Amino acid sequence: MSTGYQIIVCGSVVPDPLQTLEPVAGTGLPALKNEMMLPAVLDPWASHALYEAAHLAQAKPGSKVWLVSLGPKAKLQQVMMTVAQKAPFELVAVDGPAGGFVDAHETAAALAGAIQAIAGLDRGRLLVFGGWESASRGAGATLQIVGERLGIVDQFQGVDQLTVADDGELEILERIEGGQHQVSRCVGPPALLGWATGHLPEPRNNPQIGMTNMRAIMPALQKARPAKVAAEGVVYHRVTLPRQQRETQVVKDRPAGEIAREIVDWIVQG
Amino acid sequence: MERLLVLAHTEGDGTLGRPALEALNAAAALGGDLTIGLVGEEAQAAANQAARSGAVRFLAAQGPEFAQPRYVTDAAAAEALCRAAQAQVVIAPGTARWARVLPGVSARLDGRVDTHVTAIAVEAGALAVTRWYYRQRMEAVLSRSRRPWFILVDAGVAAPWQGEAGAARVESVDAAIPEIRTTVSGVRAPRSGEQTIRPDADLLFVAGAGWTKKQADGQTHLPEAEKLIAGFLAATGASLGSSKSLVDLAGEGQAVLSFMTHLNQVGQTGSTPRHPKGLAACCHGEEPHVVGWRFINQRRAINLDPNCGWARGKADVVYVADAFEVIARVNALLEERKATSGS
Ligand SMILES: Cc1cc2nc3c(=O)[nH]c(=O)nc-3n(C[C@H](O)[C@H](O)[C@H](O)COP(=O)(O)OP(=O)(O)OC[C@H]3O[C@@H](n4cnc5c(N)ncnc54)[C@H](O)[C@@H]3O)c2cc1C
Repeated sequence: MSTGYQIIVCGSVVPDPLQTLEPVAGTGLPALKNEMMLPAVLDPWASHALYEAAHLAQAKPGSKVWLVSLGPKAKLQQVMMTVAQKAPFELVAVDGPAGGFVDAHETAAALAGAIQAIAGLDRGRLLVFGGWESASRGAGATLQIVGERLGIVDQFQGVDQLTVADDGELEILERIEGGQHQVSRCVGPPALLGWATGHLPEPRNNPQIGMTNMRAIMPALQKARPAKVAAEGVVYHRVTLPRQQRETQVVKDRPAGEIAREIVDWIVQG
Repeated sequence: MERLLVLAHTEGDGTLGRPALEALNAAAALGGDLTIGLVGEEAQAAANQAARSGAVRFLAAQGPEFAQPRYVTDAAAAEALCRAAQAQVVIAPGTARWARVLPGVSARLDGRVDTHVTAIAVEAGALAVTRWYYRQRMEAVLSRSRRPWFILVDAGVAAPWQGEAGAARVESVDAAIPEIRTTVSGVRAPRSGEQTIRPDADLLFVAGAGWTKKQADGQTHLPEAEKLIAGFLAATGASLGSSKSLVDLAGEGQAVLSFMTHLNQVGQTGSTPRHPKGLAACCHGEEPHVVGWRFINQRRAINLDPNCGWARGKADVVYVADAFEVIARVNALLEERKATSGS
C-alpha cells in the first residue's frame, strides 16, 4: 500500500495503578477521592495500542497516527509529557471527565465526533485502535460503540497480534476463552482493533520524538473542545471498597517438609 | 417485569455452553416472561436443551454464516433477535464472542450496556446490577432508565440452569447481513502447545519473577524452576497464572518459562480469573497484581520475604520459605499420594 494507514488510537488517562483509590459520592456521579490530585498514566492497554500503531506506521511508509483522548485537559497535559516521548503521533484532545463512572456510550459519542472532525480521513486507509478495556470503567464497550458510530463492522477485541499480508489482508489474533487466540482474516481497512497486551515492549523515552510531538500537542490541548459526558439515566445506588484486609497468618521458621504437607492438605481438601 | 431476552450463542457442537446456562439461570431468577434468542449454525439442539427453562419463546438467527464468531454477522443476528423480541432487558453471558459485539449492538438499538456484571437484583423496585470499577478495586450497584439495557454476566457468578431437555418450537428470525469482509480461520493454542490456562480448575497457581532471580547460592535456576512448576501443574491440574514481571521478561527475549505468555498474566493489565483457591510462589503480591485475585477466595503464598505484599492482609497464609524447596516437596508428596491411592 503506497499511501499507508491512517491509524486512530483512542486512549485516555487513568490513575496510576499503585495509588490507593477511594470512592466518594459526588454531586452528580460518584468520583474518586482527590481525583484531580492523583498521579495519572496513559491507560495501559491503550498504551499498547499506541505502540502497536507506531510500529505499524513505521513499517508502512505514508502512515500517520493520531491519539484521540477524552480527559481533563490538565491531566492530559501531564501525561503527554511522557507519552509524547514514546512514539510519533498527533494528539486530538477533548476536554472532559475520564473517570470510570462516566457512561461508555457518552464517551464513545464524544470520541467518534472528534474522529469525524479530523480532516482528510479516508475509510479505505482507516484503522481505529484502542485498549480493549480501560483501567477505569473496565467495560470493554467504548470502542465497539465508536466503531458503530463510524460504521465499522469489522471489529476485533483482545487483540494480541496484527499481521499485514503482502496483498494488504489483515490477520488478527484475538484473545478468547481458555488462553487461546481466535485467528481472523479481514480484507483490509476500515477495521477496529481493541488491543490487549500485543507483542511490543514499552518503547524507551526518546526526547527528540518528544520535542517534535510537543510542538503540536500544546496547541492541540489549547484547542481541546469541552465535552459534556456523564451517565444520563444511571443511578448509582452505592460504590464501596471491598472487604478490608485479610487476617494474614505469617508462617515462619517451619521446615519445608511441614509446609509442603500443610499445602498439600489444603489443596486436596474439597 | 420487563420483557426479558436471554441471548446465547451455540458452542461448536451446537449446544449451549455453561456460560449461557448461567446467564439463563440469572435471568430466570428475575421472573417474568422470558424469550431466548439463539445464534449459531443450527439452533434447535440448543433450544431443546433449554425447553423447560420457562422461556415462552425461542427465536433463532441460524445458518452457516452464524457459525463463526465474528462481529459483522453476530451484530446483525443479535440486532434482529432483540428487535423481534422487542426486548427491554437483554441478558447474555460475558463470553469473548458476546463481549466483542453486544456493546456495539446496544448502540445500534439506542440502548445501554453493562459488562462484567457479577449480580442482578431488584433494588428499590428497580432492576440493579453489580459490577466492579477501576480493575476490581471498587464495586458499584447501579440501575438504568434507558432501554434496551444489555447486561453481560461474568462467567461463574451464577449457577448454570439445569433441567431436562424437551422439544422447543424455534421461530427463525432473518438478519440483514452486510458484506462479509472477515473470515475466522481457526483457533491458535499457546506457543508451547501446553494448555496451562484452565478456567475450571479449583486452584490457581501464580508464579512470580522470583523463579528467575538469583537464589541463595548466587545463581539462577531456570531449568529447575520450569521443571518444578510443570510438575506442580501436572500433579494438581491447577491453572497457571503469572505476575507481569515474569511474562515481561519472556517478552524481552530472555529465556524464562517456555509455557508462559501474556495470556497467563493476572492483575491490573492481566486477567481476573475465578477459582476457589490460589497459591502464589515467588510473587511479591503488589497491588497491581493482587487486584486480579479479587475472585480467588482462599489465598496462600510462599515467599522468602516476610514483608511481601501478601503478608500485609492480601493472603490468608504466607509461608516464609524457599519456594524451590517447598514446591519440590509438594510435588513429591502429591506423587506419593497418587502412588498409594493407585490412581
Ligand atoms: C501500569 C501497571 C500495570 C501493572 N499491571 C500488572 C499486572 O497486571 N499484573 C502484575 O502481576 N503486575 C502488574 N504490574 C506490576 C506490579 O506492580 C509488580 O511490579 C509485579 O507484579 C511484580 O512481579 P513479581 O512479584 O513477580 O516480581 P518481584 O517484585 O520481583 O518479586 C519477586 C518475589 O519473589 C520472591 N522470591 C525470590 N526468590 C524466591 C524463592 N526462592 N522463594 C520464595 N520467594 C522468592 C521475592 O521475595 C519477591 O517477593 C503493573 C504495574 C504497572 C505500573
